[in-house]
Amino acid sequence: MYKIVERKVLVPNIIHIKVEAPEIARKVKPGQFVILRVDEVGERFPMSLADWDRGKGIIDIAFYVLGTSTRKLASLREGDYITNIAGPLGNPTEIEYYGNVLCACGCFGCGPTIPLIKALRGKGNKVVSVIEARSKSFLFWEDRLRELSDELHITIGDGSYGKKGWANNFIEEYLKAGNKVDRLFAHGCPFMMMECSKASKPFGVKTVVSLTPIMVDGTGMCGCCRVSVGGKTKFTCVDGPEFDGHEVDWDLLIKRQRTYLDKETISLESWDRNNWHRIMEL
Amino acid sequence: MAEKKKLNLNRVPIPKQEPGIRRKNFNEVALGYTEEQAIEEASRCIQCKKPGCKEGCPVNVDIPEFIKAIQDGDMPEAVRILKSKNSLPGICGRVCPQEIQCEMTCNLAKKGAPIAIGRLERYVADWERAHPEIAERQKDNCISNGKRIAVVGSGPAGLTCAAGLAKLGYEVTIFEALHVAGGVLMYGIPEFRLPKHIVQGEVDYVKSLGVEIKFDHVIGKIATADEILENGYDAVFLAPGAGAPMFLNIPGENLSGIYSANEFLTRTNLMKAYLFPEYDTPIKVGKRVAVFGGGNVTMDASRCALRLGAGEVYIIYRRSKVEMPARREERENAEEEGVIFKLLTNPKRFLGDEQGRVKAVELYEMELGEPDESGRRRPIPKPGTEFIIDIDTAIPALGTRPNPIIPSTTKGLELTRWGTIKTDEATGRTSKEGVWCGGDMATGAATVISAMGAGKRAAADIDAYLQGKS
Repeated sequence: MYKIVERKVLVPNIIHIKVEAPEIARKVKPGQFVILRVDEVGERFPMSLADWDRGKGIIDIAFYVLGTSTRKLASLREGDYITNIAGPLGNPTEIEYYGNVLCACGCFGCGPTIPLIKALRGKGNKVVSVIEARSKSFLFWEDRLRELSDELHITIGDGSYGKKGWANNFIEEYLKAGNKVDRLFAHGCPFMMMECSKASKPFGVKTVVSLTPIMVDGTGMCGCCRVSVGGKTKFTCVDGPEFDGHEVDWDLLIKRQRTYLDKETISLESWDRNNWHRIMEL
Repeated sequence: MAEKKKLNLNRVPIPKQEPGIRRKNFNEVALGYTEEQAIEEASRCIQCKKPGCKEGCPVNVDIPEFIKAIQDGDMPEAVRILKSKNSLPGICGRVCPQEIQCEMTCNLAKKGAPIAIGRLERYVADWERAHPEIAERQKDNCISNGKRIAVVGSGPAGLTCAAGLAKLGYEVTIFEALHVAGGVLMYGIPEFRLPKHIVQGEVDYVKSLGVEIKFDHVIGKIATADEILENGYDAVFLAPGAGAPMFLNIPGENLSGIYSANEFLTRTNLMKAYLFPEYDTPIKVGKRVAVFGGGNVTMDASRCALRLGAGEVYIIYRRSKVEMPARREERENAEEEGVIFKLLTNPKRFLGDEQGRVKAVELYEMELGEPDESGRRRPIPKPGTEFIIDIDTAIPALGTRPNPIIPSTTKGLELTRWGTIKTDEATGRTSKEGVWCGGDMATGAATVISAMGAGKRAAADIDAYLQGKS
């Protein structure tokens, strides 16, 4: 059992929790993930970590409330417990001195970008970050990302703040303007990472993406998380979760992620019916 | 001289759920003997002077002795004898391949009617579960010797090793990657063959010996074997179990609706997808399911698919029935339940729809040629025999490769060319001081009982090693 010690709704539908998990906090490195199971009937699902405090034994998770599992997670309060958290899983990000690094993030992807930027700057890289959000009301951690990065850019889909557009628009313009980028990291939903990879490809900028397909055990045993990278089948949980964005078969990834859409709707409806009071509290 | 007793060659059959009923539920197929049936079957045992059965048992259970106790109606004594050699009899009685072990070497096997040792073992284990007050009385009083052992994995090898060492006074901690103990007994073998409350009953017994189980601990990630040794453990037994599932390596294999048998069984058994949406984990089977392979896991997956509501389930196997590695009993159970065997058939490619879901598989026929290195006749493709069948779900059940997490994070562990950990079979020792290994990680995919045998031998060797050191 893992205790939630702090909980904050960042923007509508995105929640930040701090959880007591000292053994994970002691070992985790940027790029790794955990597998959660919220309660005794819950499914196992992967989550990136949005930071950690090794001394206090705390891990941070910023998650998007989407299906039954994340809704269950969202309904927990400070002092409540998550039944299982296994990790750290997957391979850490290769952190080296690259020179100029661009970090693109959106939605729940802003979480894992925070420890990533810290580690990259620790190696002496210049880090330029770009956040995307649908509208200003969905933008979070602007201050944190500005403080950590050498430079921060904001793109907003509906133009209600910052520059109108998305992270991929910024990447394209930034590279077209002749800015030198030695490596690009993208964190967000598969569609966002696909668009960022498309934007950087013509410029030959090595692009690292972090995939979160459906998983079950998360330890290489089931093969549910298989993806195709450069024409080869890889297991995201043990071979990834980071891959070359120019080599990922995005169409396959997105289609596999939609395998259970109808079942997910049934599950969510059934949970909602029994937990209407909790939904009102979200 | 006593008159020679007439041999009774009528094995007492085990009551089973009817095929037409059981294919629609996850309840246990074999219902177990009643006391009368158990005594009747036990009474057929002639108590040989040179019992063959004992030699056929990988953990050397005193088989004639526990059967004698059943004959006498002394069940507590039968429990005591059985448990002194086997910590998990409720599991072994159900899933051991007795027909190639104790029952094969039973002297009555020559007459075609070996004693049903497995069913009797199950009876004794179930009797004990129904009489917890006896179990309480028989619990060993373990006095700690102050030495600490780490066991990685709580499958059959890990549980057996942990129980063996705990009985000798060691403080044992099991590190389990998943959220429940039991390993393949929980995620792999289906409820209808091995009910999960039976597994948890055996796990509780191991815990009652003082063994601590830490869940969510993926060794190699949260801590390495080296760190465990540095943190005050005197020895480590590695039993992390099966690794990455193998696929067919044919086009279309990543379409939605294609599950490795590991994934299909894990969703069904461990995550209880058959109780969706009461349990959150979904599974999809559709109307027509094709399972590829010929082993026990193939049988398990196909029988789960039936119970999850599939109308037609095919087993596609490239050789013929005689070459199938599955236990005959499991194959017959599958056939009785209506699984359709497409033998001498192999897949060429999967076809998908616009949503990326599998909708059909192209197959072709095979014929058998000369025996290959496995001694079985080699299947050869018959050209021009391609045909397509519509399917909603495909399940390759082709075995597994070793999981790389532990080998790649433990310094100084020698590996075999198959990627398993090089292990001395008699003792479980690896090339690294203080580290033992057993189960699938040492041998590649094998049986529950062979993993238990490895756990038992490693426990004995760890004890001998640590006794020698002090």
